[in-house]
Amino acid sequence: MTSTLLPPAGLGGEVAALLPRPVPVQLLDPDGRLTPDEQYDVPETEALVEMYRRMVIGRRFDVQATALTRQGRLAVYPSSRGQEACQVAGVMAVKPTDWVFPTYRESMALVTRGIDPDKVLTLLRGDWHCGYDPVAERTAPQCTPLATQTLHAAGLAYGERRQGRDTVALAFIGDGATSEGDFHEAMNFAGVYKSPVVLLVQNNEYAISVPLSQQTAAPALAYKGIGYGVRSEQVDGNDPVAMLSVLRVAVEHARSGGGPFLVEAHTYRMEAHTNADDATRYRDDAEVAGWSGKDPVLRLERYLRSVGALDDSAVESIAAETESLAADVRARLNADVDVEPLELFEHVYATPTSQLVEQREQVAAELAAEAESADAPSPVRDHAVLHTRADDPPARDHAVLHAAASEAKQEER
Amino acid sequence: MPERITFARALNAAMRDAMAEDDKVLVFGEDVGKLGGVFRVTDGLQAEFGADRCFDTPLAESGIVGFAVGMSMTGFKPVVEMQFDAFAYPAFEQITSHVAKLRNRTRGALGVPMVIRVPYAGGIGGVEHHCDSSEAYYAHTPGLKVVTPATVEDAYSLLREAIADPDPVVFMEPKKLYWSTAEVSLPVQGEPFGRAVVRRPGRDATLMAYGPTVPVALEAAEAAVDEGWDLEVIDLRTIVPFDDVTVAESVRRTGRCVVLQEAQGFAGVAGEIAARVQERCFHSLHAPVLRVTGFDIPYPAPKLEHTHLPSVDRVLDAVARLQWDDVPDDRFVAGGQALAGQGAA
Ligand SMILES: Cc1ncc(C[n+]2csc(CCOP(=O)(O)OP(=O)(O)O)c2C)c(N)n1
Ligand SMILES: [Mg+2]
Repeated sequence: MTSTLLPPAGLGGEVAALLPRPVPVQLLDPDGRLTPDEQYDVPETEALVEMYRRMVIGRRFDVQATALTRQGRLAVYPSSRGQEACQVAGVMAVKPTDWVFPTYRESMALVTRGIDPDKVLTLLRGDWHCGYDPVAERTAPQCTPLATQTLHAAGLAYGERRQGRDTVALAFIGDGATSEGDFHEAMNFAGVYKSPVVLLVQNNEYAISVPLSQQTAAPALAYKGIGYGVRSEQVDGNDPVAMLSVLRVAVEHARSGGGPFLVEAHTYRMEAHTNADDATRYRDDAEVAGWSGKDPVLRLERYLRSVGALDDSAVESIAAETESLAADVRARLNADVDVEPLELFEHVYATPTSQLVEQREQVAAELAAEAESADAPSPVRDHAVLHTRADDPPARDHAVLHAAASEAKQEER
Repeated sequence: MPERITFARALNAAMRDAMAEDDKVLVFGEDVGKLGGVFRVTDGLQAEFGADRCFDTPLAESGIVGFAVGMSMTGFKPVVEMQFDAFAYPAFEQITSHVAKLRNRTRGALGVPMVIRVPYAGGIGGVEHHCDSSEAYYAHTPGLKVVTPATVEDAYSLLREAIADPDPVVFMEPKKLYWSTAEVSLPVQGEPFGRAVVRRPGRDATLMAYGPTVPVALEAAEAAVDEGWDLEVIDLRTIVPFDDVTVAESVRRTGRCVVLQEAQGFAGVAGEIAARVQERCFHSLHAPVLRVTGFDIPYPAPKLEHTHLPSVDRVLDAVARLQWDDVPDDRFVAGGQALAGQGAA
């Protein structure tokens, strides 16, 4: 892409050190061959095998969730198929004690984080809460208001550092969301307060239907860091090896007191924005097919096979593991969730206001009445009665009212 | 020993005492450090507690609030200042989508014990964008508490309670009261959140007020004595949580009610109060509940703000229209003369 772009001449070393490479970092070419790099190490093979395993699991989970959405078991599902290297590398680069700030796109990252898939999908099943305990999982609820989570990550990272803990916060964000003010405010705050936060931009080329070219005139999103004094890098986001390597450097930079780090990962979402979206309206098949050739899972598999770290039997056993996970997800999501209407009033405030107590009582009474009428042998449904009453006479009432009103008007005149 | 101090000083003392008691309490915002805030409400806090505890932030209101959300997740209790009412709007998304909802979205696992201080309302000759009454936006958002003191004692007591509260509090400070004074001995603890207070008992009608309109209501009640009316004045103090009990109890006794609010009237807090009073006190009411509010216009320029603001005269006019002689209010009868504007509706 922007290979002619070099750091402007005359910039001091400090400035140059913040700038991203003009060309995205790549350690593995699409055929799975290593392309050596002076700055970024190839992670140890053990970690890469584990990464492969998690990517395969993540993809299978994602495909399963998409299928369940078609069957109506989820309200909506934003797939991250094609972005496995980013989803998995992000989570693998941080410790369980670090914090992760995901968006709606990060279900796969959350599964990688070890959160129960059933809980990961709670929100997307249409529930009102995030499903998992964010404090126990050190993972914020999936965030939908674009870019807002980056400020929370910057603030949390600073708060942790202030208390002498070496926690790093990792915030995921999309390419389109980098146009939101909060992203810029987050980088600015993180820069000023040296927050140990890593901002991982998954540039998947689209914000729903809008391509990146209409989102920004910047040569790359990674250049947005320099204006805030934030060290930045851009990476081939479909290269698992480069993703893990660069993110490890970014996390280490943040943890060791270097301040925030911005990583732009060039990737692509293979599915539509969500199941409700029709991607054929804004991109053509040839474009999608082109990205199939850069598949991150296959790329890593080729590499690991070439170094003898993976063979047919290992691949098969991982596949078997993913199938049982998928079956488990299917079974659990096919079961209906218990919803408790009265809990709606529970967590609005630490202690409900008197108004909420009243409203809760109202719903409790409605539920009790419903249960009673459902039990009654020959139920005259209350609302059926209401309906007939409401449907019939009101037409007349209306007419009467109108007549009365015009009479009144006549009188006035 | 009682001491005569300003409203602003009482707020300052509340933060100082809270910071001294709990080192997790932090104060930050625009110009709150060395300068002590444009209204000097944070005066001296940085000198006393250091730049770690009281600091200036970059100029970005969404950033201030969003950053504070993250800090609160680590155990801090941020008390952030929005420099002026209308300059809090950039933070609106953070406030409504995150500050207000985080407890709910996490099923109680993560509360946001934060105070967002907002100097608000007019009467100080401020230029545009400096005099908004924005309380309704916040009061309409479940998950937020919305508090607005009207006395020096409450400035201290309510702010202390706001800082101690496990939920986020939008703390609305009537700018024109910053320089009002009273004899108080600090620390002082008044009625808790959710309790309205009768500032002046009366038998004939209730004036319902909060924040900047409380002094107007009290003045009107004094003036009404000459007209032969004995008016009760209620200071709501906390809009959320709302004290239905004290409000309804008063109106059931007096049978008449006028609600005051500086904000533009349409879809405002006064309308909500009038509806609640009507729902609870219908059979005790001798007249419709009236409102005296700002007009439905952008806050006017300094030279015209007196035209806009609820005045003693307008309050007394409204009281006069409370059907003392059983004559329907002609403003509300179709075909009657001027159909009232919101200002004295
Ligand atoms: C503040 C805000 N505006 C609009 C939306 C609606 N919306 C949801 S996702 C999306 C596109 C975001 O694109 P991008 O940041 O590239 O992330 P991606 O979906 O590609 O992962 C939009 C516009 C939103 N969630 N929040
Ligand atoms: Mg995108």
